[in-house]
Amino acid sequence: MTLAARAGTITGRGAVLVAGVVLLALVAVVSVGIGAHAVAPAEVVRALFAFDGSPDHSIVRDVRLPRALLGVGVGAALAVAGVLIQTLSRNPLAEPGVLGVTAGAGFAMTVGAALGLATTPASELVLSGGGAALAAVLVYSVGRASPLRLVLTGVALSAVLAGLSLGLRLMLPDVFDRFRFWSIGSLAGREKDPFTLTLALIVLAVAGALLLSRPLNAVALGETVARTLGASVTRVRLAALLCITVLAGAATAAAGPILFVGLIVPHVVRPLAGGSVPWLTAYSAVLGPILLLVSDMGSRVLLPTGEVPVAIVTAFLGGPVLIWAVRRYGAGTL
Amino acid sequence: MVRAGGWLVRVERRTLVLSAALAALMLGAGLLGLCYGASWATPGEVLAALGGQGESVVVIRDWRLPRVLAGMVFGLALGVAGAIFQNLTRNPMGSPDVIGLDAGAYTGALVALTVFSGGSVVLATSSVVGGLAVAAMIYLLSSGGGLSGLRLVVIGIAVSAIVTAFNSWIVLRAELEVAIAAVGWSAGSLNGVDWADLPVPFTIIAVLLALMAAWSHTMHQAALGEAVASATGVGLHRLRLLMVLVGVGCTATVTSVAGPIAFIALAAPQIGRRLAGAAGVPLLPAALTGAVLLQGADLAAQMLLAPESLPVGVVTTAIGGCYLIWLLAKEVRRA
Repeated sequence: MTLAARAGTITGRGAVLVAGVVLLALVAVVSVGIGAHAVAPAEVVRALFAFDGSPDHSIVRDVRLPRALLGVGVGAALAVAGVLIQTLSRNPLAEPGVLGVTAGAGFAMTVGAALGLATTPASELVLSGGGAALAAVLVYSVGRASPLRLVLTGVALSAVLAGLSLGLRLMLPDVFDRFRFWSIGSLAGREKDPFTLTLALIVLAVAGALLLSRPLNAVALGETVARTLGASVTRVRLAALLCITVLAGAATAAAGPILFVGLIVPHVVRPLAGGSVPWLTAYSAVLGPILLLVSDMGSRVLLPTGEVPVAIVTAFLGGPVLIWAVRRYGAGTL
Repeated sequence: MVRAGGWLVRVERRTLVLSAALAALMLGAGLLGLCYGASWATPGEVLAALGGQGESVVVIRDWRLPRVLAGMVFGLALGVAGAIFQNLTRNPMGSPDVIGLDAGAYTGALVALTVFSGGSVVLATSSVVGGLAVAAMIYLLSSGGGLSGLRLVVIGIAVSAIVTAFNSWIVLRAELEVAIAAVGWSAGSLNGVDWADLPVPFTIIAVLLALMAAWSHTMHQAALGEAVASATGVGLHRLRLLMVLVGVGCTATVTSVAGPIAFIALAAPQIGRRLAGAAGVPLLPAALTGAVLLQGADLAAQMLLAPESLPVGVVTTAIGGCYLIWLLAKEVRRA
């Protein structure tokens, strides 16, 4: 490839990325407007830049905007975690939700809440990060033999943990009232909780993933190749695992167990990224929030009154993608 | 060999002894289920009450007995359904609860409940239709990869995720009263089963089990492999279709009354098979193990948080999921 052609593809990819960011901004504005009380997009923009204290503006500022920000953070976290897991395990079916990592995080938080430990955002994050790490290690050690086996182990672990969590919630209904929507995976009901720390962690971990993506590109080619290219395989893997834990843990702490976002997004953007892990990560960090915001809008309009948890919408979209991926890749690797 | 009512049944001695032991265990668990409740009844009182004597006739015969019978019969049905599908897919993980037939049957039941608001016949029919639709969907989607292997199982899991999401949406959309009933039910529960719920499902299950007993020999022949089966004169296509119908029928009938009770169909056939030391997945031990497991799990569900009663599906999921992980771990070690 000549230098000029190379520069051409990079500008092309950059243009796609910019287009993605613009689309994300549009979706975010629309998503802030949609809900039980509709607010026109122009009014949304006015509320953001020329706040006048009217009810419409208060709704936008106090409820919808935090929820959209949370959606952007959680979507980016899950999608980037999906890229990291798929690249690291070279398994096209891998995803934090399907592999039981989010279930581990959710279960740790449920147990923590039952014991009275999950009281501050920081303690929730520590709990869910720990749970995510434990689940990841357990599932990987049992199911590493093949991509399909890994999925089965993750699903089995998720089932066990979901059963135990449901038991705990039925035992202590008062403790879990606050987590009613969260337990199914939803952005609703957590708008008032402080989430600055969560978002800050997600931003850091996404930045870390972008830094890691180049050496990860080398590791994805196989251990020998990676060594020849001068990448420290063990260090890259550990760092990637740390990023996955932080991303999945923070997303779950904020929105509960949401499946399939980390599966759908990397598969959709992979053709655009053309096998480059850095671009794949960047695109996923933009498309993840778009997908989650669109699903969240769906979750608000699917019912005549009230709303469905967003995890139900993503499962509905993600199931077909999993089937497609199984049919496309079968038992093989990426 | 046992000659019974004109049927020549080939039964190995070990299977026979095991089945008798399992049946005794099942009846013991059933008796315990009749004794246990808000107030403990001694086995003597229970037997007297069953005969219509004593003070606790109403409690035991009208309140506890339907639940215990449902636990045993539904356990039998789930065990058989699991054995059928594990034979068909030749995979211990290819059982109806893992690949989402439960979830499909539950969709059918929810539609019957919310749209038709029909009685137990409508409910059972609609569940069977839902289960068959999901089975057909999985079969079509996994075309090209054959019936066996993990590919079908993972496709089934994906279908199951979609269908479960759809079910949650129906429940949330439904009228509040229906929704509250359906939420307790969506985990799989025997809470509140009474006599009125039972005649239709028991009849269907009895017919299906009789059909399967008549065909069990052919099924095991088919499990030896396609070539052997064809050579010995087994019509494979017809047999498979029949097996799918019976398996889905059993799962769906149970689901229409108790909701999707996960993991009994997964665990019972494998446990029964190991106990029987058999090569294939034999039906009778699977059925009896299923009955023991479900009745035991239901007892645990009632005792864990007494006086509150957990949905039995919570207990079976927690235990069965651990079993599935162990199954996977063991295969990894062997590989």
